[in-house]
Amino acid sequence: MESILEIKDLGKNFGGFTALSGVNLAIRQGERLGLIGPNGSGKTTLINCISGALRNDHGQIQFKGESISHLPAHTRTKRGIARSFQLPRPFRSMTVAENLMVPLAYVGGVSGSKARKQALEILAEMGLADKADTSSASLSQVELRKMELARAMAAKPQLLISDEAMAGLSGSEVDDVLDILIKLNKSGITIIMIEHIMHAVMRFSERLVCLDAGQIICDGDPQTVVANPQVHRAYLGD
Amino acid sequence: MIFSFDLLFEAVMFGLLLGCFYAAVSLGLSVAFGLLDVPHVAHPALLIVGSYGAYLLGGWGIDPLVSGFLLMPLFFLVGMLLYRFYYATFESRGTAAGVNGLAFFFGVAFIIEVLLIVAFGVDQRSAEASYIGDSLELFEIRIPYRLLVAAGVALLLTLVLTLFFSRTFVGRAIKAVGQDEGALQLMGANPVSIKQLAFGIATAVNALAGAMLIIVSPVDPTMDRIYIGRAFCVVVLAGVGSMSGTLVAGLILGVAESIVLTMFGASWATAVAFGLLLLMLGIRPHGLFGR
Amino acid sequence: MKYWIFSALAFIAAFGLALSGVNEYIFFAGFVVMQAIVLATAWNILGGYAGYVNFGVPGFVGVGAYTALSMHLLFHAPILVQIAAGAVMAGVLGLGVGMLTLRLRGVFFSIATIAVVFIVEAVVINSRFLGGATGIQLTRPTEVWLFGSYTRMLFVVMALMAVVAVSVARYIQNSHIGQGLRAVRDSEEAADCSGVPTLKLKLIACAVSGALIGVAGAPMPMYLSYVEPASTFNLHYAVIALAMPIIGGTAHWAGPLIGALILGTLQQIVTVTISSELNVLVVGLLLVIFVVAAPDGVIGLVKKWKASSK
Repeated sequence: MESILEIKDLGKNFGGFTALSGVNLAIRQGERLGLIGPNGSGKTTLINCISGALRNDHGQIQFKGESISHLPAHTRTKRGIARSFQLPRPFRSMTVAENLMVPLAYVGGVSGSKARKQALEILAEMGLADKADTSSASLSQVELRKMELARAMAAKPQLLISDEAMAGLSGSEVDDVLDILIKLNKSGITIIMIEHIMHAVMRFSERLVCLDAGQIICDGDPQTVVANPQVHRAYLGD
Repeated sequence: MIFSFDLLFEAVMFGLLLGCFYAAVSLGLSVAFGLLDVPHVAHPALLIVGSYGAYLLGGWGIDPLVSGFLLMPLFFLVGMLLYRFYYATFESRGTAAGVNGLAFFFGVAFIIEVLLIVAFGVDQRSAEASYIGDSLELFEIRIPYRLLVAAGVALLLTLVLTLFFSRTFVGRAIKAVGQDEGALQLMGANPVSIKQLAFGIATAVNALAGAMLIIVSPVDPTMDRIYIGRAFCVVVLAGVGSMSGTLVAGLILGVAESIVLTMFGASWATAVAFGLLLLMLGIRPHGLFGR
Repeated sequence: MKYWIFSALAFIAAFGLALSGVNEYIFFAGFVVMQAIVLATAWNILGGYAGYVNFGVPGFVGVGAYTALSMHLLFHAPILVQIAAGAVMAGVLGLGVGMLTLRLRGVFFSIATIAVVFIVEAVVINSRFLGGATGIQLTRPTEVWLFGSYTRMLFVVMALMAVVAVSVARYIQNSHIGQGLRAVRDSEEAADCSGVPTLKLKLIACAVSGALIGVAGAPMPMYLSYVEPASTFNLHYAVIALAMPIIGGTAHWAGPLIGALILGTLQQIVTVTISSELNVLVVGLLLVIFVVAAPDGVIGLVKKWKASSK
């Protein structure tokens, strides 16, 4: 199966600090990848480089066979990469439906009543249909996270990056979001999930990649990775 | 354009001393804006208030430098209250660095300027002290004592603050809160209290800097405008977040301004700070020493 | 459609007023109010819609005024050509400042706009052609079209510019661009990831906003028969351009209009009854009070009142 995303020798520095170095990663189309690692290991930096929020200093990123390292974030979204944010960033002055209509307009070129119809459909899948016309500023945490995912979905991505979408949620809420992600993956979307909630990661991922201090220290099937002593050391320290 | 090596040397000397002073003026902003990320465009206005404070106390025969020190506790309190208000009104509502925060500080700066005009009029005010008026003669150039005093105090202030931020627990906490609030909370410190303290310190420093300003030159209520340029120029040139870089940046600005003043006249000199600021924003926004 | 009918009527009313025999003073004051509407509306396109605060309004007003002056001195250009030239130069300036700073955080853009004022003013002061620090006196052209005086004609021209400015703001607000700018203002990062070309939209807003501020400044030399740096690059423009949209409401094109009318009337009352220094203080206080207590402006207050009385 083809790689939808290929990262070769990726490096990123902040002043004197090396956040990422020598990262090599190839992600298959339709894969469910879990990205784990202790705080500060570079997970968010990595996905920022993939989504375009940051420019990588070394290495290459190829999406669907084409290099995207030089492209701005909005172009990458148009090409098919979407992401949610660790701290939800709603368009606060807009309703939930209007939030979705932004990517629908700018990525899909759809507006007006057609866009609203599509927005409502996506919201229904997420279980947010009844909040469509509520101001996004008044949503609860779990509703905000669902809206983040819904908005990412409205960009009709082929690759979706979920950045700690479940942080701070209760047990049943975590399962809700997890079910949504699995459903999305079944419809063909490749998903990279960053998460600290281990049982969610284990349930979701068919492959696990562990980062530590900016480098990949383990990459393989979940059971093997979590048993790896290097991974244990990364989380617990020496 | 007038040019001669003697004049150039004098301009550079003058500029270095002035630069120390510019650095001191910008220290408070470096803390408020650089470390705490508050869009504090009212900082120079508070500086001028410090100058007028020194002027008022001068009416009772108090030396301006002493006035500066006397005013520091009051300014410290004002700074804390201002931050408290800013935080409660803007940051906790989630609209921090947006339109409203900026507009607020701009409005405050403007109100301060108008109140100063109403209270003191638009004419310039000066301070009186034994060291104002005389000059030191060194290598055939005359260096005004007032500049030496201001530069000296400025250097001392820079040293004290740099040590404070690198050696004391509170100082390091302030530096940390700008970078990682979460870690600070885990250590049991309250980020908001720390930021409030820092803002208080930044404003207190302004009191002393304002006193130095009126020692160096007469002040009028509209001077906050040019000092917005100078202070932000120094902070941006140094690199947002770098305390020690502030001194070097101040010196660069001081010398640049002084040379332009000598060669092209006063009407271009005031634009130097702003021009340098734009240049830095364009080619190297993280400054010379910044992260 | 309602909007166009209303605007056409408003313009016709202004036109008619200028043809009537009313006291000349009305047109001096009216010009100032129309100019305020243009300034407030122009500022809001960048400040309210995109969330980028321009403190350098006097610089853009000055560019408009001095470009118009140059067109007059060099070519004896008619007023509409002067305004067009002023708009272009100010728009280019807006674009330039944008390109320099819009990749950085919003506060750096604001600081850069302050720098613009001082630099443009320094250029003007050092230019003998533009009159330097002392300024230039002008003689107004004699043709006044159908109106009794040049002031009346300028009033009508400015009223037309007000209609143009508000129409542009309304168009942007309701368009694709407005939607994108709102997203940028609410969360630039999320907008980027939603496919919004944030830099391009911000630059458009910068250019349009700058150009319209230039439009407000361009007729100044002709209006005063005199132009000099101190009054042209006056801080007063910066404060009112911010205060009017914030008082009226920054989210909607009607906000700056409401703010301009409220503030304009209030200023006249205060200046006449109390003093002109206090007038300036009142503007500053209102700005701070609204930013703190009613950040959505009068429009926001009305919405809240309507919602709570249901």
